[in-house]
Parts: sequence; structure tokens; C-alpha cells
Amino acid sequence: MPATSSTSRSGTSSVGISFAGIEKRFGSFFALRGISLQIHSGEFIALLGPNGAGKTTLLRIAALLAAPTRGKVQYTNSEHLVQPLDTPETKRQLGMVGHSTLLYDELTAAENLTLFAQLYGLGDVSVRVPNALETCGLGPRARSLVRTFSRGMRQRLAIARALLHGPRLLLLDEPAAGLDRQGLTWFSGTLERLRKDGCTVIMSTHARNESLDLASRAVVLAAGTVQDDSGEQGDPRPLLAALRADA
Amino acid sequence: MSTARSAAILLAKELRLEFRTRELLSATIVFALVIVVLFSFAFDPTAAESRRYGPGLLWISFLFAGSLMLNPSFARERLNDTMDALRMAPISPFAILSAKMLANFIFMSLVEAVLVPVFSVLYNVSLAGVVGQLILVLVLGTIGLTVTGTVFSAISSHARLRELLLPLLLLPILTPLLIAAVEATASLFVEGPELDRTWVTLLAGFDIVFLTASWLLCDYLIEE
Amino acid sequence: MKLRYASTILVAGLIFFAGYAALFIAPDERTMHLIQRIFYFHVPSWMAMFTALSVAFIANLAYLATHKSAWDSWGVSAVEVGVVCCTIGLATGPLWAKPVWGIWWTWDARLTTTFILWLLYIAYLLLRGLLDDTEKKATLSAVFGIFAFLDAPLVYVSNRLWRTQHPQPVILGGSGSGLDPVIGKVLLLCVIAVMGVMILILIDRYRLERLRQEFEELRMEYETLNLEPSSIGKERP
Repeated sequence: MPATSSTSRSGTSSVGISFAGIEKRFGSFFALRGISLQIHSGEFIALLGPNGAGKTTLLRIAALLAAPTRGKVQYTNSEHLVQPLDTPETKRQLGMVGHSTLLYDELTAAENLTLFAQLYGLGDVSVRVPNALETCGLGPRARSLVRTFSRGMRQRLAIARALLHGPRLLLLDEPAAGLDRQGLTWFSGTLERLRKDGCTVIMSTHARNESLDLASRAVVLAAGTVQDDSGEQGDPRPLLAALRADA
Repeated sequence: MSTARSAAILLAKELRLEFRTRELLSATIVFALVIVVLFSFAFDPTAAESRRYGPGLLWISFLFAGSLMLNPSFARERLNDTMDALRMAPISPFAILSAKMLANFIFMSLVEAVLVPVFSVLYNVSLAGVVGQLILVLVLGTIGLTVTGTVFSAISSHARLRELLLPLLLLPILTPLLIAAVEATASLFVEGPELDRTWVTLLAGFDIVFLTASWLLCDYLIEE
Repeated sequence: MKLRYASTILVAGLIFFAGYAALFIAPDERTMHLIQRIFYFHVPSWMAMFTALSVAFIANLAYLATHKSAWDSWGVSAVEVGVVCCTIGLATGPLWAKPVWGIWWTWDARLTTTFILWLLYIAYLLLRGLLDDTEKKATLSAVFGIFAFLDAPLVYVSNRLWRTQHPQPVILGGSGSGLDPVIGKVLLLCVIAVMGVMILILIDRYRLERLRQEFEELRMEYETLNLEPSSIGKERP
């Protein structure tokens, strides 16, 4: 194992991901039909495309929540060496914000974060959790049940949960959905900081939002295949501009 | 992180969730009591009959109450897709499964701890002198019930009609456990009680077989 | 194709001959007379059931190991055939029991185990019916099938320890089981015939399952290729 991938602070190594011939079928329905993509460490991918194009499925496969029916997923560290799938070390590098909040409604905000901090083996939980809550603006509601939160607050907590263990590959599925103005500002700021830090981000969206300005590359999916890709060195703006603006 | 440590963390979460509302526990205890009362109408037992039918009644009420109580175990994780969060965490699938098994074991034991004294009062069956051995039988039987029940909760959480499906899958599988537990308990209720070793061995065998099978197959239970 | 015709004719012939033999060639039993002849189909159906369920168990294990849907098809086919054989066994038993023992049913070890197995494997089929996703259906029913099969010996042992009333097996050596050799031969013939029928039906059921899956896949392919509903009926350019 190269030295750069085992650091006490998980913030220095970076992770890339490659999809080779990914197919995913549910019964007889093909959600993904042969996706091949190389995403290098530090890239910020805007994953675009209409509903049903396969964005969520691709993100779930990247998050190791689903296995492809055919094809291979590989994670690479900054030295282009392949990391083994499905090991705890690899899982620690991944963070996901999905369609659901992935939170326990009947636990408090603090309890939710503490649970995941412990599961990820993080140290200083009693300091880390309150800090995370303060940062996303939920400090005063730390001891309230998530059940009592508004949609915007839950989304903020969901994002905080995903970022808690300092993942180096962030998979975001419509992360801005439901965020209020305050939340959006915080989220954009956080994304910008992560990007500067060298975190790899794949963000799917089908509406315009501020964070898309950070994207270094745009990939458009349609009917389970890659329709368009601005490429690693290319300019994502034309593809982003084609995105319809949402109120 | 070791499986034991992550299971412990998850167990704490399960317990915290349940003890905050205690809804499931109280509903299960009441349901088991209802069964016990209904039986009294069906049989109107004398003391001797109580001792004969008692063990069967007790275990039937545990099995029925248990198969209702075990359902939410995995069904709850569908809310907000928290199961995805657990699967993404760097923990083994067996940690997730065993935490739920342990939690269910604790809950079921609490139900039994309430039911057994109530039963002995309502049916005039004395438990003096056999409490320790009775606890052994209860523990072994409950292990079998919660191990298989948790596995089938995982299976049926993906299906439609899961409240009906779980007892349908679980109860036939548990017949050896039911026979062994009832016979072992019965051997403690007679005059001159003596714990029947054969049945205890069968119970232990059942537990070992299904615990091993669960451990070997747990990846398939937890995956997407 | 020819093999199918040949094997079907062969097995059909065997069954007819077996039936004839059971009714007319086999000697009359002293006490039970005509009704005893059910034995010639009752026993083979149990053997067919155990064979089918063992095939199902192996198919379940193989599916989990390889994730090839062919094994899943074998699994469901074998369980269905096993359930049918079990039903036949459970139905013919009481037909024999009532005139001979005076009761339709008794809760002895063998009967109870068989009844429980019947319930378990019906539950397997119900489980499959209630799961929608093909992969989940295959995986979860395979897990359940394995549990059910592991349970079977436990059910038998526990019931056996509990009580027994079934007539001691005449063939497999209870005391004084000297068998008229003709009975043995007729029984063997019936076993072969019934197993032949079971195997043929199993293979056909497997083929049916594969065809169903293929049809589903083709249908879905067709639907996704024709995404525009308005294109149906329009002339192709």
C-alpha cells in the first residue's frame, strides 16, 4: 500500500473512479447499457440527463450500494493504483447524499451523527459531532428528533452526515433538492472548499444551481448510455448551459 | 473495526430507538397476554390441565407474539433508506444482522420475563425450584426464535404482504423448536421436575445450525 | 426433439405397465386387499419428492455460488414438482389410512414432517410470488430454500422423538419383513416409472421457466427500443 493512501487525516489522498462497460438490469429492464467513464482524482463532474437516464443507478453503483450486472468499477488513488473494492478502507473514502435522507427519524440530530461517527471509527466524537452541527447551522437543534425537522434541515443534516468522515469521493444525487437559501449558501461554500482540497465529486442534477459553476466536467446520460462528455480537459459550460433553469 | 464492536454500536442504536417509545414492546406484551387469556376461554383449565397444556400455551404465545414483533426489525430500515447508510459504512454485514438478532433477543426476553410470572399466577402453576432451568430453556428457545425470525424479517422486508409473509415463513421452520421447548418446559412443570436433556440438546442443536447458516448466508440477506 | 418423444413414450409405457402391474400382477395382501395397492404409488411419490427437494437444495446453493439464473430456474422447477409429489403422497396416505387404520390422519413423525415440508415449500413459492425484482426473488428464495432443507432433518428428529405410529417399513427391515419377491419387483418398477415421470416434468418445467424469462427479456428490449408510443403504427422511413 503506497504511503499516500494511509494518512491519519483522510484529507490528503484522493480517489478517482473508473467505470468499464457497466450494465445494470433490474429484471428485464436495462437501467444502464454499457457505461465507460474514467474519472480522475480531483475532478468535479456534473452528471446531467433527464429522469430515468440512469444517473441514480450509476451513483449507487459507485457507492457500492448496487452491483453492476456486467462490467467493472475500479477506484484509483492519486498514483493511479487500483484499490480493492468493498473493503473498509475503500468504504471510508466514499460519501453519498441520496434521494432519501439516510437518517433515523426517531433519533436526534446529534445521535444520528454520533452513530455514524462511531461506525466509521472516527476519533474525538464528542467534539466532531457538535462542530459538524454548528457548521451546517443545526447547532441549536442538536437534541431534537429528526422527525421534527423541516425538509431543508433534514437535507442539511443528510449532507453533514455524508461529509462527517471526510470522504475523498463524494457522490451527490440531487443534493440541493429541498435546501433553503441558508442551506444552499452553506452547501456551495462547503463544496468549494472540498474541491480546493482535491476531493473528487460526482453530482447529479437536472436543474440549475450555483454549485454547478464549480464543475470541471459535464457528462450527460440518456437512456442508460453516455450521450455527451465534455472530457477531462474540456469545457463543461456549453453542456451546463443547455440545462433548463429551475425556479 | 471488528464485527463485535460495530455490532455493539448498532445494538445500542436499536435499543435506544425502541426504548425511546417502547411501542413495539408494549404492544407485543399485550398481544401475548391476549393469547394467554383467550386460551383460558378455550380450555378452562384445572390445575392438572394447566400443567399439561401450560408449556404449549406459553410457547405458542411467544411464537405468535414474536413473529409479529420481528417484522419491524428490518422493515424499519426502509424508512429513509437507512439500510443503505449501514451498508455503506465500513462494517461487515454480519455486524448488522447480529446486532438486530441481539436486539430482538433482548426484546423477546423482556416479553417473556413479563409473561412467565403472569402465566404462573393466572394458571396456578408453581415455578418454585425450577426457575434456573426454566430460564435455560427460555434462553435457548428464544435464541432459535430470534435468529431465524431476524433472518426472515430481512427476507420478507423486500416482499409485499410482509406482515403475513413473516409468520408464514417462520412458523413452519420453528416446529422442531416448538416441540423441544414445550417438552423441555413440560418436564419442569410436572411433579418431581427434572430437565429432559434430550430436548435441551435438540434446542441447542437447532440454535447452532441456524446461527451458522445465518452467518454463512448473511451477505445475501443484506445486499441490495 | 426425438429424444423428448422417445423418453416421453418410454416413460408413458412404464407408467401404464406399472399401473397394470400394481393392480393385477402384484399379489393380494392378506389383510388390506385392494387398498394396499396404493402403496405402489404412495411410496414412489415420497421418493420422488425427496429427490426433487434435494435437487432444489443443490440448485439453491449453486445459485448463490454462481448467480446464474439457470440454477434459479432449476430451483423453482424442482420445488414445484416436489410440492406436487408431496401433495400426491399426502392425499394417497389418508385414502389408505381410513379403511386400514380407521382414521384419516395421525400426527406421527413421518406424516408430520411431510406436512411441514409441504407447508415450507408452499411458503417458498408464495415468497417468490410476493417478490418483484428477479434477482432478489432468486437470491432470497434460495436462502429460504436452504433454511427449509436444513430444517427438514430437525423436524423429523423432533417428531420421531416425540411419537411414532407409522407402520414399520416393510421394505427397509422392520422385524419380520420377509417380502414376497413379486411385491419387491412391482414396487421397483413403480419407483422407476414415477421417478421417470417426475424427471420429465421437472425438465419440462425448467424449459418453461427459461422460455418465460427469455420472453420477458425480449418484451422489455422491444419496449425500450420503441420509446415513442406514437411510433407504433407509423410507417418506418
